[in-house]
Amino acid sequence: MSATAADPRVTAARKAPKRRMRVSWSDPRFRALVWQFIILGIVGGIVWYLVFNTNKNLAARHIATGFAFLHRVAGIPIGESMISYEPSVDTYGRALWIGVLNTLKVAGIGMVLATILGTLIGIGRLSGNWLMAKLTGFYVEVMRDIPLLLQLLFWYTALQGLPAPRQAWRVAELMDGATFHLFHETFANWQFGSGMLLSNRGSRIPILNWEPADNWILAAFVVGAIGTFLWNGHANRRQEATGIRPKVWPVAFGLLLVLPLAVWAGFGAPLNFEIPTLRGFNFQGGGTISPEYFALLLGLVLYTAGYIAEIVRSGIQAVAQGQWEAAGALGLRRGAILRHIVLPQALRVVIPPMTSQYLNLTKNSSLAVAIGYQDVVSIANTTLNQTGQAVEGIAVIMAVFLTISLSISLFMNWYNAHIALVGR
Amino acid sequence: MNAIVLDKVNKWYGTMHVLRDISLTVATGEKVVVCGPSGSGKSTMIRCINRLETHQEGSIVVDGTELTDDLRSLDTIRREVGMVFQSFNLFPHLTILENCTLAPIWVRKMPKAEAEALAMSYLERVKIPEQAKKYPGQLSGGQQQRVAIARALCMRPKIMLFDEPTSALDPEMIKEVLDTMIGLAQSGMTMVCVTHEMGFARQVADRVVFMDRGEIVESGPPSTLFEAPKTDRLKLFLSQILRGD
Repeated sequence: MSATAADPRVTAARKAPKRRMRVSWSDPRFRALVWQFIILGIVGGIVWYLVFNTNKNLAARHIATGFAFLHRVAGIPIGESMISYEPSVDTYGRALWIGVLNTLKVAGIGMVLATILGTLIGIGRLSGNWLMAKLTGFYVEVMRDIPLLLQLLFWYTALQGLPAPRQAWRVAELMDGATFHLFHETFANWQFGSGMLLSNRGSRIPILNWEPADNWILAAFVVGAIGTFLWNGHANRRQEATGIRPKVWPVAFGLLLVLPLAVWAGFGAPLNFEIPTLRGFNFQGGGTISPEYFALLLGLVLYTAGYIAEIVRSGIQAVAQGQWEAAGALGLRRGAILRHIVLPQALRVVIPPMTSQYLNLTKNSSLAVAIGYQDVVSIANTTLNQTGQAVEGIAVIMAVFLTISLSISLFMNWYNAHIALVGR
Repeated sequence: MNAIVLDKVNKWYGTMHVLRDISLTVATGEKVVVCGPSGSGKSTMIRCINRLETHQEGSIVVDGTELTDDLRSLDTIRREVGMVFQSFNLFPHLTILENCTLAPIWVRKMPKAEAEALAMSYLERVKIPEQAKKYPGQLSGGQQQRVAIARALCMRPKIMLFDEPTSALDPEMIKEVLDTMIGLAQSGMTMVCVTHEMGFARQVADRVVFMDRGEIVESGPPSTLFEAPKTDRLKLFLSQILRGD
């Protein structure tokens, strides 16, 4: 392997000669160079034409360009926002920022939920259980075969079919007698079940009134999380040293669940929910999930999960059967094989198409326009209608999606390189 | 004690009868070579011994434990039986060393340092300790197969199964793998090898078993079997396989 230059049996290695390019159409490198110049010229020409033509048209219509409008008062009514907003005071800039946050809210939560649901369905399709395999297969086909826009309209219409606030469904009342009884016994004091309301003005959920005791419960949970993390490290070291791995899950269960519950009980089990109540024609109090947001999230998650399920299934199936057999022949059990052998390899196959699905989900969230959820596209549309700053409005939409998409891509590419296989 | 006892084992793939009344006893320390034309059921039989395939009739007893649906008997047997595959089946995302220590750590509950020392000793035995930190994709086929042998030995099995270990190798690499197997045979390991390497069979095997169409047609010491085949089927097989030998 390590033949030195002094070895008389080996011909001395020398550098590969440099090949010079001939200025001739028969030289592939010259040919490639010419083509690249031609394409560059065409693209440059198109860009120049677009800019020149736009400027000329804007000048002809006396439209001032620039982003000064972002500082003007918007006056756009916005139904839901994560930050405070007053149409008569706040600017277009703030309105657009709300749109960006709304887009991120649906895309971010959508990606997490779609990944979880898609993974479960993907594994379900590989199940030996006939019913499970058929049902998940049916799910995937239905979700992939129906256009997303249609699904969004379906869910939105379905949510509109819920009764008006005065007749809102109480979740507790939807249960059968026995379940209701159990539910009622458990939560009666807190009026929990009767506080969850479904109506066409959105789903109203009780929210917790934060009290000092809750800080301690949260602190107990954080301490528990740190403790679990440390215990896991301890388990790793113990296993390295003695071969026996101390059980992690009982400790995790104790620290993450029992400890916070004990603290909660120590404070006299306080639980103070703000329960939504009907005042006039609508509800007061509690938190809201708007039907627009809910329909969009539901549609995006269910639709994308169908694709993710197929990616997960193909990822697992891409791991050769021989890997299962070799690990099984060494005495590893099914769970250990999945964890140590199959999933680490499947992950590598899954990441690139998964990135595409995350990008798709984010971009598909712009279909929000169709059902009136005010994402960045919806607010930018209203903005450009009101101000006439079409070029700038479209530029904002493009910049926002480009930023989000590139961020997702960069992160996923980094992760993919991080876990890439060596060799081959 | 007998290491492996197969008694009237039958197996079907759908309507195809792939193993027919296979009865075979392998004594502890015995080396058995199984040969036969492709599709004769030799791989299926050897894969039944550690239950990568399940048999439908008859009984298989390995190291005193009968193979059943019971997961505990499966655990017991797979710890004691090592297997080497035609296509190596190394774990591509783990280093050579990690390939070897995975099962001792997670199945034998061995401390990491001990498992690594054990793995290094076997990697030295198959003559590639310097590759320990590399990944399987960086090794040649012959090296990969020797790692696969070391990986199986790290579980300190009582029995080793070889399923055509040299069939996927380039000719110049076959010898290094066969040499490793010969060394292993000389150490007294109980071995069952499916192979077409007749030289290896002559040198190492106590007994050669010839299979055709799911049956054991003939068996005996390599000299008798190769020099004086009794059946036409074995004669035909030998004439085909020895043409280039």
